[in-house]
Parts: sequence; C-alpha cells; structure tokens
Amino acid sequence: MSLIVKEAGKAISRADERAPISSLAKANLRKIFPDHWSFMLGEIALYSFIILLLTGVYLTIWFKPSMIEVPYHGSYAPLDGIPMSEAYASALNISFDVRGGLLIRQIHHWAALFFMAAMIVHMFRIFFTGAFRKPRELNWVIGGSMIMIGLLEGFAGYSLPDDLLSGVGVRIVAGIIESIPVVGTYLMFFIFGGQFPGSDFIPRLYTFHVLLVPGILLALVGLHLVLIFYHKHTQYPGPGRTNTNVVGYPLFPVYTAKAGGFFFVVFGVTVLIASIVTINPIWAYGPYVPDQVTAGSQPDWYIGFLDGMLRAIPPGWETVIWGHTISWNIFVPGLVMPGVLFTLLLGYPFIEAWVTGDTREHHLLDRPRNAPTRTALGVMAITFYGILVLNGANDIIAQMTSIPFNYITWFTRVGIVVFPPLAFVATRRFCLGLQRRDRDLLLHGRESGQVLRLPHGEFIEIHTPISDTEKAVILSKVDVPVIEAPPATDENGVVTPGLKGRRRRAKWSRFYFGDNVAKPSAAEIEAAAHHAHEEHDHEVEELTEGGKDIPARLTD
Amino acid sequence: MTSTSVRRHRATGLVVLLAALVATGVGYAAVTDSAQAAPPQASETQVQQGRQLFLEGCATCHGLAAQGTDSGPGLIGVGAASVDFQVTTGRMPLSAPAVQAPRKTPQYTPEQVTALAAYVASLGAGPAIPSDSDLSTTDANLAEGGELFRTNCAQCHNFAGKGGALSDGKYAPTLMNATPREMVEAMLTGPQNMPNFPNATLPLEKKQAIVKYITDNLQNAAAPGGLALGSYGPVTEGVFIWTAGIGALLLAAVWIGAKVR
Repeated sequence: MSLIVKEAGKAISRADERAPISSLAKANLRKIFPDHWSFMLGEIALYSFIILLLTGVYLTIWFKPSMIEVPYHGSYAPLDGIPMSEAYASALNISFDVRGGLLIRQIHHWAALFFMAAMIVHMFRIFFTGAFRKPRELNWVIGGSMIMIGLLEGFAGYSLPDDLLSGVGVRIVAGIIESIPVVGTYLMFFIFGGQFPGSDFIPRLYTFHVLLVPGILLALVGLHLVLIFYHKHTQYPGPGRTNTNVVGYPLFPVYTAKAGGFFFVVFGVTVLIASIVTINPIWAYGPYVPDQVTAGSQPDWYIGFLDGMLRAIPPGWETVIWGHTISWNIFVPGLVMPGVLFTLLLGYPFIEAWVTGDTREHHLLDRPRNAPTRTALGVMAITFYGILVLNGANDIIAQMTSIPFNYITWFTRVGIVVFPPLAFVATRRFCLGLQRRDRDLLLHGRESGQVLRLPHGEFIEIHTPISDTEKAVILSKVDVPVIEAPPATDENGVVTPGLKGRRRRAKWSRFYFGDNVAKPSAAEIEAAAHHAHEEHDHEVEELTEGGKDIPARLTD
Repeated sequence: MTSTSVRRHRATGLVVLLAALVATGVGYAAVTDSAQAAPPQASETQVQQGRQLFLEGCATCHGLAAQGTDSGPGLIGVGAASVDFQVTTGRMPLSAPAVQAPRKTPQYTPEQVTALAAYVASLGAGPAIPSDSDLSTTDANLAEGGELFRTNCAQCHNFAGKGGALSDGKYAPTLMNATPREMVEAMLTGPQNMPNFPNATLPLEKKQAIVKYITDNLQNAAAPGGLALGSYGPVTEGVFIWTAGIGALLLAAVWIGAKVR
C-alpha cells in the first residue's frame, strides 16, 4: 500500500514539474457548487451531446455521404432492386446489416431530441430565475447560439439519410433559400451545386454535420463551462446565502459523484428508449424521389415552429417587380421571423439591463414571482412558440381529432395574436398575487386553521409565524426602484438632455416594476410582530381571566 | 345388393372422388365466369331485387332512376365495383350528410350487395367487381409495389398507410382494415376524394403489386426498431421525448438533487 502511495506521489511530482496539475486540482476540485435539481438540466444537454459524439463516430464508419444512384440489394426485401442514393443505401445498411447499427442510429437520434429539449428546458430555468443577468449575459448568448446551431445541426443530421421524409424537408429549405430577394436563387444554386436536388448537397451537408458544426458546438460547450467556473454558479435565495457567497458542496467528491452518476442515468434512459421505441424508420419512408411525398410529412419537433409559421401565413403574399417574384409568404415566416425571434432571445439580457438601469452583479437568483414582467414575457414567448408548434402539426392533429386543419390554421392566425398577450396578463397578475401572499405571510404568518372563540364572543384565527428559511427566501426579494421620468425642463427652463430616451426608459421601467408589491420594511415587520405578540398575550390573558370569571360573566 | 356392399365396392372411392373433382371444377368455373364477365351476367331476378333495394334505400339521394340529385351523384356507369366498395365497407348508405362517408358496419347482406351491384351495373357499363384471380398477388413484386405506393398513394394515405388529413375535414382513410378487393375497387372507381386509377393508366398487375405491398408490408409491418408510435412520423416522437423522455430525466434530476441529511 505504502509502495503504491509512494509511486503515485513520485508520478504526481514528475507531472507537477512539467505542468501545475496539483495546484490546479487543489484550487478547482474543492470549488463549491450550490445544490438544486434544476441546476442539472444543462447537464442533460451536455451528456446528450457526449452521447451524440460517441454514437456519431460509430455511424460515420459505415455511412457513405454520396448521392450516386445505386440499386439496393441488402437484406430489407421491400426495397430490393429499388434505385437509391448511396447515402440512403448505406443508412439502410447501418439499420439492417451492421451489428448494433439500428440501435446506435436510434440512440443517436433520440439523443438529438434530448439534446434540443434539454437545452430549451435549461434555458427556461435560466430565464425565469434571472440567471442571465450581469455578469452572465455572454453565457446566455453562447447558450442561445447553441440552441440555434443545434437546430441546424439536427436538421442536417436527419437530412443525411436522404429518405423520402427528410428529402421533403430539404426541398422546403431550398425553397426558403430561394425566397431571399435578389440573391435567393443564386444562393440556392451555390449551396446545392445547381438545380435541386443535384448531387452535391449530401456530401456538403455531411462535412457540415460531422466536422464544422460539432467543432463549433464543442468549442461553445467548453466556453460555456469555463464561464460557469469563472463566474461561479448562481444560487437560490435562502438562509445564509448572499450575493457574495456560494453555499453548497465541493466539486470533489460530491458533484463528481452526482454528475457522473447522472451521466449514466441520461445514457441509460436514452439507450432504453432507443431499444424499445422506433425513431425515424427510414426504411418505411423509402428513398427520396422529388416527385414523391408522404402525407403527414413533418420535421423533427425543434423545427416544428418554423413549419407552423410557414403553414400559418396566408398564400398569395407576393410582390412582382420587373418580372421577378418576391415570395414574402415564404421569406417572412421562413427567415425574417426566426431571425427576429432569435435576435430577441439573444438580446434579452441587454434589453432588461437597459430597462432596469442595473449595473450590479447578480449571483442570487430571482424567484420568478419577484420579476413578474419578465416571467410574463417568458410565458408569453412560450405560448407564442407553442401555438406555432401545434400549427406545424396541424395535419396530424386534424387526423387524430377530426378537426379540419383549415380551422387549426385559422385558430393559429388569430390565436398567435390573442393568446400570448392573454398569457402575459394572466401570468403577471398571478405573480403579483404571489407577491402579496408573500408579504402577508411575512407580516402575519400562516393561517393555522384553528379558530378560537374568545369569551366575549369574538372569533379569531390563530396565525403561526413562518420558519426562518421561508422568511429568508421571501426577504431575498430586491425591490427594484421604478425610474422616474425627469421633468421636461429644469428650474432655469433648460430642456433636459436626452429627454425622449429617458422618458421612454421611465415608461418601460414602470411597465416592468410599477406594480410590484413592496417588500415590507424592517419597521413594518417589527410592528407586525409586536402586534401579533400583543394580540396573542391579550388572547391568553382573556382566556385565563375568562376561565375564572365565567359565572360572573354569565350572570351579567 | 345392399347399400353397404355398394359402399364397399372397390370402384366406389374412385367414382366419388371423380364426381367430387368434376363438381368442384364445374362449380369453380361457374363462379369465376360470372365474376369475370363484364358486364356481369346477373340474373334478371337479381337486377329486379337490386332495383327494389335501390328504391328503398338509395333513391332519396341518388334519384329514382339513379340519375343523381342535389344530395347525391348519379350512378349510371359507375359500375358494380363502385357499389360493392361503397356498400360492403358500410360507407353507403350514408347515415348523415357529412364531408365524407366514414367506414362503418355494412347495412346490407352480401346477397343484397350483389343485387344492388347488378342493378347499378345494368344501368350502364362500368368497372366490374374484381374476381379472386384479379386479386391474386402471388406473382406481384413487393418492391415495385412499394415504389408505386410511394408515387401514387403515400401522399394522402401516408407512408405507412395510416391515412392522412385533407382540406376542409376531408381525409384519406387508414388502409389497415382494407381488404385486397376493397383496395382494387377503390383504385378502379376512385371513391369520395380519391382519384381513380383505371386499368388503362395503372394496369392490373401494378395494382396487384400495390395490394401486395399494403397487405404484406404495411398491414403486417415488422417493427425492427421497436414501438412504432402509430407511424405518424416525427410529431409523435416529439411528444414522446417531451413527456416520457424529459419526464424521466427530470424525475432523475429531482432524485439526485434531493437534499440528503
């Protein structure tokens, strides 16, 4: 034993003489991270990404990114002799003739769905707790970019097998590129190497999917994690937790165990799903032929909102200039709207920072109710997105519910304008209600359900004070002051500089924080506690007194 | 000679066998003859019986002489195949006006359907009910059937034959319950919103290939990847990942993240 320790010590010293391994480990292995289940959502995405890299390597060994037409003579009889691209033939080969190929393909695809879903759930957590605030704006932008890039990567991935379903998706994307005014057609020809479908697209997409994009994603993942280390992890409010400390457990051994274990859980669940549930049965779709299509052609879920947007725009919105048609009905939903949505998404931390005028660092998370306008904007965005996703599946919903999809499309056209604002108002009111309840809890405690009748006939309900933990959580609320608009002119009649901008900011500030329920001041809490105490004493006094004096009182 | 001795005669077995063979052969020939004949050689009684049934059950919408009214199309020249398809699948008679007649329990017995078909066929020439040999798929090519299915059928009935939505509440029905005869009749006559594929454009052998693809590969689909989630494509996969998938991992995260004291 001592020999092993000695040898290990020697090895470490040898390593340390060349690189500062020990000091790095010492400094970082004991780094403290706070504990909460919602801090593990990003990990799901990270682990799915690792699974994608591992299974992806296996698939590249067998996949042939080629659009050369070959007749199929593999073991899937229903396609025997059918001409198809080498890409599709090799994907069939992976599915039916490579050992474990179908399982690996299904793990890869399910992991891709997990990757996108986990990134989005993780983003919800970051958004609703305000974890994107200074100093973490850059990490928010990196995360949002990864969602956007992940979306492209997913599209490229499921298009590679060149099956009938994904070929239809590629055709739609070619159409969207063509819809760009002036340069669209040139760009489409440039990307596809000529007319659609051509023979260049799959090989190009392959390089994009297995080399370029994973490289970018890997770099961004690394940067994302380094920034988490550098900024330290945010924490939820609670007793002893402040903006300048981190309360939790060390990375080693607690989080290495938890995170390592969680990796195996994610991997296990993905493999379990991939073993029992089919995903993307390319053999059933058949090879892509431009004149074929299947009913219910759908993209993977993360592209669904784009499809929903395309399906919602009424046909015929076009302009003809000098014999050239500009298809706004494709360009706007296909490129402009996603561009606007992602710009808003990536820019949100800066928008909110401008409204609050806040330059402080925030390491303590917000409770969603304490930022009602932000929370309401988030729910509004989710509602908007959700309606689009539903409309993307309008034909499947129509088939399952027998509601004509024309109705669903019209529901979307109207609902996309009506429901998000309703969701906004409802969420905001809900948050403000929760704030009032918090204030009430702090000042008066919790209703105990015990009703007392006092000797003189009065009924009172006993309130029990809330615990110190609850108090600390409620008191973590930061009252953001509403920025007031400056007067138009000062006392000398000089026009205030930048009046318009400052007024606009005041308006937004009031929109964000104007209705917030003020956290009770220390004096108010003191007064409330005093009052409760007094009342309680009074009750007890009256009760004991009453006990003695019952006959006297009765005779009164 | 007693009856027992007749039964015990050496030649009796042979004679009975011969008689049975002859009877089967003649009977089979008679059946196939009547089915293959176009227009079918239906008896006058069948036509009369069919006319009676038509006047009772169909004339309200299709008109007293099957000439068609505002509520239903004319049936002169639609052929026996059309009647057989619509009535044996229960689509006709219609229970209530709707964008499309749904498949339901048939309202007429097979004899009544034959009579109705005979009557409608007597009004004008049209596609006949396909015979059993027309429906034979033993020589058909499965892969060719798949190719034809993806070119002609999948755009409405979906790649797996699960059906699909059309505009304004119309739909292409699922093919999971369709019999080979119904499939060929539908292709010949183009019921409801379906275009028709007469033998001149889609020869019978190709129809047989399609039927083979549907019966062998879609109705009895192997599921090498596991549960097919209804074969509706990525939408059900997305629903699955957001419910069972993310749900399971959230539970695991809550479990791991739970405070242990």
